[in-house]
Amino acid sequence: MRRTSRREFLKAAAAGAVLLPLPAIAQGASARVVVVGGGFGGATCARFIKRIDPRVSVTLVETDRTFIACPFSNMVIAGLRELSAQQFGYDKLATDQVAVQFSPATGIDSQRRTVTLGNGAELAYDRLVLSPGIDIRWDALPGYTEAAAERIPHAWKAGEQTLLLRRQLEAIEDGGTVVISAPANPFRCPPGPYERASLIAYYLKTKKPKSKLIILDAKDAFSKQRLFENAWKALYPNLEWVALSKGGKVTSVDVGTMTLVTDFDRHKADVANVIPPQKAGRIAELAGVADRTGWCPIDPATFESKLQPNIHVVGDASIAGAMPKSAFSANAQAKVCAAAVAKLVAGSTPDEPRLINTCYSLVAPDYGISIEGVYRPADGQIKEIEGTGGVSPLDAPNATRALEATFANAWFKTITTEVFG
Amino acid sequence: MNVTRIVSVAPFAFIFAGHASAAGLADAPPGALACSGCHSTAPAETAVPRLVGRNPGDIVAAMQAFKTGQRPSTVMERIAKGFSEDEVKAIAAWYGSQKD
Repeated sequence: MRRTSRREFLKAAAAGAVLLPLPAIAQGASARVVVVGGGFGGATCARFIKRIDPRVSVTLVETDRTFIACPFSNMVIAGLRELSAQQFGYDKLATDQVAVQFSPATGIDSQRRTVTLGNGAELAYDRLVLSPGIDIRWDALPGYTEAAAERIPHAWKAGEQTLLLRRQLEAIEDGGTVVISAPANPFRCPPGPYERASLIAYYLKTKKPKSKLIILDAKDAFSKQRLFENAWKALYPNLEWVALSKGGKVTSVDVGTMTLVTDFDRHKADVANVIPPQKAGRIAELAGVADRTGWCPIDPATFESKLQPNIHVVGDASIAGAMPKSAFSANAQAKVCAAAVAKLVAGSTPDEPRLINTCYSLVAPDYGISIEGVYRPADGQIKEIEGTGGVSPLDAPNATRALEATFANAWFKTITTEVFG
Repeated sequence: MNVTRIVSVAPFAFIFAGHASAAGLADAPPGALACSGCHSTAPAETAVPRLVGRNPGDIVAAMQAFKTGQRPSTVMERIAKGFSEDEVKAIAAWYGSQKD
């Protein structure tokens, strides 16, 4: 009889971790978790799995070496903040013993449980966490192509697009017209288009007061609506919001003439910003975790995909019920998912979680408003706990608005420190 | 097949599995980790008070006062309403036990 070497035995044991339905750690092998996407969801999840259970081997897969945060990027557009304040690196994740691979994930084999990277590497996993954020649906709005976005930025992923929109605003004449197109639900950062409109209006009021701003909306209602509308009435008389029912839905874009076309009108712009329809990041589709809506249905307690076992989805890409697609949500979901993954690979049962979201918007640099909610799993979905949540009071004094602006800044510092610091 | 070698590997795996998890994060009660989106767990100068190492009784009392509106707040009144007294006690005890 042939003697099995130690190496062969370990190799067989490692293979067993994949083939047997037993949890990896119970067999003595270190469980392998791969996290794809290094934003607020993915970077948080990778770090917290490692912190909760240092025995788990965690690899974060991310294309870019520098992360550029979307929250507060509207301040960059309005010239009130520099893009460098939005940039973060992954060095601290490495010191937490998270292995970071800078290469795009190009394929996922959910049968063999492997992730293929653009650099040719193949990573095996026991549990996979996807936090791919959003992709633009380039097929959803006629005339709005990737090439068109070079002229009419979306600026819905922070970076060069953010700076492009800023430069265009800096270049327009006093008396020019800025037009923003806001999409139907669901999309990343529900109050984002209105914060952006507010801060652009602030810039125009300060620097180019004869200019006007129009928001063309594919909806009749939006997040923190009355708070925004009250503030606009008080601060920005040159800002006009056109609801869906008033013909606000943009049906096509003519980039050559800088025109946004609706059913009833053609809006020629000096600067246009199209916030287009979106879907889960492409890797979700490749993994088979996105449904016909383009987003990813998940178990509300563990964020495990309802379509593919052993794959979890957090952040903007997930269908998280009552939770909005926000950085705060992604971070809170990632911590719940990390705790669940740590329990699952150890063969125990995850707890029923509680989740919080708090989103601040700046109407002006010293004028903050907020929305929040507390959530729990119920009926297979994430639901807001009754009696919780809501928005800032409509009649608050200026001091409260200033305090919320201070808290908004504090939040950004705290969350980016937790994720990247 | 070499049975001795298999046996020699098994206790090693057992010891490895016996390591305690770092910083008690594994024991964080439901909701506790959501707080750190705003309440920094890292030592920091911030406009939002830290919860790490704070007296649990003070956290419970503050949450109760937020919930009733007795203590003025911006977001905390609405967030406090999402947690039962037992849930708050568990979260407060956990933060109270955390150290920098």
